[in-house]
Amino acid sequence: MNEQTAYIKHQSPSGEPIIRVENLSYAYPVEDENQEPKQALSDINLTVNPGEFVGIIGHNGSGKSTLSKILNGIIVPDSGDAWIEGMNTKDAEKIWDIRKTAGMVFQNPDNQLVSSVVETDVAFGMENLGVPSDKIKEKVTEVLDMVGMSDYRKARPHQLSGGQKQRIAIAGILAMKPDCIIFDEPTAMLDPNGRGEVMKTILDLNRNHGMTVLHITHYMSELVNADRIVVMDNGKIVAVGTPREIFSKVAMLKKIGLDVPQMTELAYLLRQDGYDLPQDILTIREMVEALCH
Amino acid sequence: MFKDITLGQYYPTGSVIHRLDPRTKINFTFAYIILLFVVNNPVGYLIAIGILALVIALSKIPFVYVARGLKPLIFIVVLTFVLNMFMTPGQVLWQWKFLHISRQGLKLSIFMSLRLVLLVTGTSIMTLATSPMDLTDGMEADMSVIPGIKRFAHDLAMMMSIALRFIPTLMEETDKIIKAQKARGADFETGNLIERAKALIPILVPLFVSAFRRADELATAMEARCYRGGAGRTRMYVLSYQKADTIAYVVLAATAAAMILSRFISYPWPFPFN
Amino acid sequence: MSLKIEHLDHIYAAGSPFEFQALKDINVELEDGCFIALIGHTGSGKSTLIQHLNGLIEPTSGTVYLDGQDIFDQSKEDLIKTRFSVGLVFQYPEHQLFEETVAKDVAYGPKNLKLPEDEIHERVKWAIEMVGLDYGKIKDVSPFELSGGQMRRVAIAGVLAMRPKVLILDEPTAGLDPHGRDMILGQIQKLHKAAHNTVILVSHSMEDVGRYADRILVMYHGKAVYYDTPTQVFRHVDELEKMGLAVPQVKYLMRALKKQYPEINDDLFTVEDARDEIERVLGREHHV
Repeated sequence: MNEQTAYIKHQSPSGEPIIRVENLSYAYPVEDENQEPKQALSDINLTVNPGEFVGIIGHNGSGKSTLSKILNGIIVPDSGDAWIEGMNTKDAEKIWDIRKTAGMVFQNPDNQLVSSVVETDVAFGMENLGVPSDKIKEKVTEVLDMVGMSDYRKARPHQLSGGQKQRIAIAGILAMKPDCIIFDEPTAMLDPNGRGEVMKTILDLNRNHGMTVLHITHYMSELVNADRIVVMDNGKIVAVGTPREIFSKVAMLKKIGLDVPQMTELAYLLRQDGYDLPQDILTIREMVEALCH
Repeated sequence: MFKDITLGQYYPTGSVIHRLDPRTKINFTFAYIILLFVVNNPVGYLIAIGILALVIALSKIPFVYVARGLKPLIFIVVLTFVLNMFMTPGQVLWQWKFLHISRQGLKLSIFMSLRLVLLVTGTSIMTLATSPMDLTDGMEADMSVIPGIKRFAHDLAMMMSIALRFIPTLMEETDKIIKAQKARGADFETGNLIERAKALIPILVPLFVSAFRRADELATAMEARCYRGGAGRTRMYVLSYQKADTIAYVVLAATAAAMILSRFISYPWPFPFN
Repeated sequence: MSLKIEHLDHIYAAGSPFEFQALKDINVELEDGCFIALIGHTGSGKSTLIQHLNGLIEPTSGTVYLDGQDIFDQSKEDLIKTRFSVGLVFQYPEHQLFEETVAKDVAYGPKNLKLPEDEIHERVKWAIEMVGLDYGKIKDVSPFELSGGQMRRVAIAGVLAMRPKVLILDEPTAGLDPHGRDMILGQIQKLHKAAHNTVILVSHSMEDVGRYADRILVMYHGKAVYYDTPTQVFRHVDELEKMGLAVPQVKYLMRALKKQYPEINDDLFTVEDARDEIERVLGREHHV
């Protein structure tokens, strides 16, 4: 391991969890006073520890994006608190430290790249933080390598594919040396190849560079490798568990409009008909083994 | 398929002109334009043509490419020439009915159209040899030393660079919206002027909605990356003058001196120019 | 309506350094009343192909016949009529909404068709209901106040209101959650079954393709590689993988099971079919 070891932080400096959310509630303001405000989040509790890969899943409007906006200090909760390494996101003075600590990658690959050249885009966050020129150049080289985009240093964003643009966005966040990255549906607008590229990058950051990841998505299959999955529906957390624990709750997931890996669903259907199969089958190979034992 | 359109008209060759500091190129061009209005005699114009030819040669950009920038201006150049030639009163050299050419008119028409040609060629060689990004950086640096506009320098430059970034995206988007509305039977080609203008609403509204949405998301993404204006910001590439820039400024000073001095020489030339 | 594509070539930016041949000699006859899935990785020429089918872009050579009529050899008025017969829903169609109300926006196509007012009204109502929305509730709402999934459905209704004989949809479920996806594909299938229109669905999801399509057209590097039933196309597992595509998960499972149970039918693509086939071959009490 070389200097990339610097990314591995199994203990945050303050000894705090990276993300801590307590009794968080939020309703979007309504223009019309007669209208009932829609509760986007009600009483959310969540902790993400250093080095973890936590997935948040839920359909559109389940509150998962609202949560990410609160974590980044973009909106202020009505009640409850969110802390990033012990810094309360309501604390206006800490806002830049919070955003530097928990970096954020958004859904639309086009609308988060600022510069017409890849390398200056990656440098943007560091420039804002006042990093000296030679340090920026070094870091740009390093983070482009981490996301496998070194060959595109001088490329122009509009010539890249969606997956490549998202990897540039990730590099731009990595360059700010965050302790955690919040991914707000980064794959929703990508084709299967692009999704594969981005998921590979996210997993690599978590596994090989110790990056804490909070991944928000509505694709179940992207969370097979997560440490923990949080299922949200109607602004509430309805289940928390390991991927196998969550996926085996086929009936609950279907009820709230989420997909289940096909093999898990097939196992569920066969079990209903009396087959003695494990509940937590995820892959084709596990299914073949279970059926041909 | 707007993907490959290059913005502005940047023509990269990696020449010494391309490698100059953008401030040098902007300042040089600016000074050159002023000098073009100072010059009033053939020698001065010869120097102006000479220095421009030298820059074009050094830039390694094909001459046809440079000349292409003049194309949309041919009409104006010709008009300038003709108007000055026939409309300037003075010592009459030639007359036919109400048309006449005066000695002063001949001089003015040649000088004015030459001035236009040099002015346009001079600025287009700068944009051909400087990437839009560098141009923005150079303008920001130049503006931030001028009192008064100093405090807007960063904001203006940031706006320009974001515009540069989003022009290709929005062009692609426009193309898509046009096609989508055509697929719903839109007809942009027939009808009178008012009908045609009305037909544009289904394009413009979605385009504006999309541009605002993009702007909103981009602002959020920029803040998430700790952007808070120009104060305390550093740059990855800090502009710094090299030896070539010093040489360029010396050349500029010499040219300027020669062009100004040329005003004070009297010419025993066979031209009817005094 | 049948669409016959003959020797279709398309070259972008011909003669420039950026010249790119997007379509290479496409010859396909798309049967009337079929649900056709168009698959291929990004850049394989899918989008270019579908934009030829309603005359939005002109071929470099070759042509397209709609019920025997060459769509590129007709007057401009007739070409616009062709666009009503072949309805095209672009990717992220909600980005084309522009009117003050949902009803007005859906009416844009029929109005361009210069239909009488009462027919426009009737079509708008039908189209909005067809995509599973409540006409009475939604007709006077601004389309920009709707949720993403609802906006998508309103935009699709805008094309449906033209009552196209051929309906082309370019990834209509991109960016939607599973619920929104099932909703839209379900409505499209319902319409297809009721109206027997031809549907061409561009999709990246082999599971959706296996579930809905009667025919699959596979594009690769600008060429039409396969045009056949899902059963036949998905038998080319290795070739499809080489093209950066895949087959439905269930197909992989059944293929693996066939090694153990040779009598199993491995031409299946949905979870329900797989369950039935496993129970048929392994027996219901096998594992109890």
